[in-house]
Amino acid sequence: MMDLTLEETSSSEVAKALTRGRAQAGSPAMDMVLTLIIVTDDDSVAEAMQAANVLQHEHPSRVLGVILGDGRGKPRLTARVRVGAGSPGESVLLRMSGPLVKHAESAVLPLLLPDSPVVVWWPGVGPLEPAADPIGSLARRRLTDSERTPDPVGWLRKLAPGYSPGDTDLAWTRLTLWRALLAAALDQVEGEVLSGRIVADDGNPVAALLQAWLECRLGLAIEFEDDDGPQVSSVTLHTEAGDIEITRTSTMSCEFSVPGSSPRIVPIRRRTIPELLAEDLRRLDADEIYGETLQHLVDRRT
Amino acid sequence: MRSNPLRDPRDRRLPRIAGPCSIVMFGVTGDLARKKLIPAIYDLANRGLLPPGFGLVGFARRDWGDGTFATLMREAAQAGARTEWSDTVWEQLAQGIKFVPGQFDDDDAWRNLATTLQELDEQQGTGGNHAFYLSIPPALFPTVISKIDEHGLADQAKGWRRVVVEKPFGHDLESAKELNQLIGNVFEPETVFRIDHYLGKETVQNILALRFANQLFEPVWNSQYVDHVQITMAEDIGIGSRAGYYDAIGAARDVIQNHLLQLLALVAMEEPISFDAAGLRLEKQKVLRSVRLPEDLDRHTARAQYVAGWAGGKPVVGYREEEGIDPGSLTETFAAIRLDIATRRWAGVPFYLRTGKRLGRRVTEVAVVFKKAPHLPFEHHDVTELGNNALVMRIQPDEGVTMRFGAKVPGTTMEIRDVNMDFAYGGSFVEDSPEAYERLILDVLLGDPPLFPQHEEVELSWQILDPVIKHWSRKRTIDTYSAGTWGPQSAFEMLERDGRSWRRP
Repeated sequence: MMDLTLEETSSSEVAKALTRGRAQAGSPAMDMVLTLIIVTDDDSVAEAMQAANVLQHEHPSRVLGVILGDGRGKPRLTARVRVGAGSPGESVLLRMSGPLVKHAESAVLPLLLPDSPVVVWWPGVGPLEPAADPIGSLARRRLTDSERTPDPVGWLRKLAPGYSPGDTDLAWTRLTLWRALLAAALDQVEGEVLSGRIVADDGNPVAALLQAWLECRLGLAIEFEDDDGPQVSSVTLHTEAGDIEITRTSTMSCEFSVPGSSPRIVPIRRRTIPELLAEDLRRLDADEIYGETLQHLVDRRT
Repeated sequence: MRSNPLRDPRDRRLPRIAGPCSIVMFGVTGDLARKKLIPAIYDLANRGLLPPGFGLVGFARRDWGDGTFATLMREAAQAGARTEWSDTVWEQLAQGIKFVPGQFDDDDAWRNLATTLQELDEQQGTGGNHAFYLSIPPALFPTVISKIDEHGLADQAKGWRRVVVEKPFGHDLESAKELNQLIGNVFEPETVFRIDHYLGKETVQNILALRFANQLFEPVWNSQYVDHVQITMAEDIGIGSRAGYYDAIGAARDVIQNHLLQLLALVAMEEPISFDAAGLRLEKQKVLRSVRLPEDLDRHTARAQYVAGWAGGKPVVGYREEEGIDPGSLTETFAAIRLDIATRRWAGVPFYLRTGKRLGRRVTEVAVVFKKAPHLPFEHHDVTELGNNALVMRIQPDEGVTMRFGAKVPGTTMEIRDVNMDFAYGGSFVEDSPEAYERLILDVLLGDPPLFPQHEEVELSWQILDPVIKHWSRKRTIDTYSAGTWGPQSAFEMLERDGRSWRRP
């Protein structure tokens, strides 16, 4: 295992250290399947790198953490290189300052694994046009997290015009379990959906995407009732056969009821960041449904 | 059927969740149920893949109530679960857990079961969909199957009914046919799911991806380039607590008939026209039908028993000294056979299958060993260390792919030696590599049959193996090997005769 810090270094020094680390770890073969770039800051770097470390067990990868520091002073690159430290991949934390922060992609590019997919994740506030961002442009999948911005729903709307295939927001990933439950409910119920209603905090990006998705798929307007619930409080779909109702009963579960059978409690918990990332990395092609939903979020207001 | 507007083929994030249903488990007190099935059901629930209305009914000769049963299941799930434990998930699952006490031939108990299923349909909304999981000895099949029929439980008028059976699927061709007939009288062929948990493993499915998704391998996947294929399933453990079962069965029936012949079929079959159940089954059947046994079974098969020895640094007893084994037993704990495939693709390429208990280490792999290069423009002594190229698909543990080829030893003038290139896909953490049983149970509930062998495949496998077992059964002696080694001398000789040798896996 290797864990060393290189001061005032360059990408080629870092690349050398990685090769050396792999040889030291005794397995020079590379079975990493992708490069994950994490653009972050000092406050959230530890948490983000930890999440990536967990993620590496499912998706062996080279993780490149990028911290853009103070833009003043001389250009400076510090790297912490870790290989074989309790996870199958390798990770490098690149701390940049001076004019280099404006050209961060130049330090990242030489460190991408040859010929394999690149994913970039902004654990904090990311760019509004992820694909046009210098680092974002290196990647085929770009993950933002609107929940980390001051006005998440507003942020999602602002993301829509700059959407490129390959973008997704973790609020969309957080929605998957709800979508799965609703789809499963409609599998069981014969008959058209006539109307629908969501109760949630109107600042909740997950709820906003849920509303947009349902409207988009069902071709009808879904009512939205504002409350201050921390998560989606309930979803009701009125169908010809009766009501489908999913109501949150605790942070971990909700009551699920479909016409023709008595209500049941089903678990629906908030997933951890590594679990969300793992879901996202399982598919590296564009998520068109997300693109359509995001667009609808904007269109429905006009 | 009306299509669900919330589903879209492009939306590949949405998991496949089984529709409302229940599983009725027979033999729920057994090892397999406790160690594998119950934890797998919990893991599925935890991953959100079980339907909101799901029932689990236990049927056994125990004087338990729903509560006792649920507590025992909880302990089993908690001990064996792969994913994080959550009381909420369990409590939700526990709402649908029922227990029906009784003997398998007790009509009152069956009436009780029918009522229980009806209650589940009403309370849990299982919608008349029920799968019967027979985790019981084959001797009990006739009773259970006929009672299912008598009590109208196989009637698909209100919902689907499926039956799940575990190996062994009979002990020879005749008994397999009887079993198929017995089940076939009550259940339609597409509602019978034969579980071979090996086929649920990601790596086994990866054989198909490796072969048919790539341009690199398929062109050399034939007798022009391949010298022979070795399929190994080795276990380091002895027979453990399965003495009674194992002594009547032996290694060939236990492993070769199902796992190894299925692996052979996947490695040797032609490209299916599609990856649905019918497409795969057709190609697997074709290749199994083309399998030929060697004429001289003595020269091209080997069977043996382990004797006391040191395995992995510990002294262990021999097979005949194991508890519950007849000291005069002639049951094999090691079996190796050569098979040939009479097709243009494989003519002249032997497939060597071997399996055994108390071998060097626990490993299952398929090694495709290539011919030597037709000409080597090197001095003879430069290439003395160069063997055959090989592509090894590691099924377990340490799942992945190894390629073995020659490379120049650095610092020498021109010394060529075999090296390995390894690919290991993922470890085990978040949600990766679901256990085979999870995949298979989910497929049963979804009614998705590609990974389950059909009765034709089962019968074809017995047809291949029956003559070998019959030949062996005429012998009064059996070869031996020391526990912890790679099998008997006769197995090594069997390959030497063909000018080849076993890989040390």
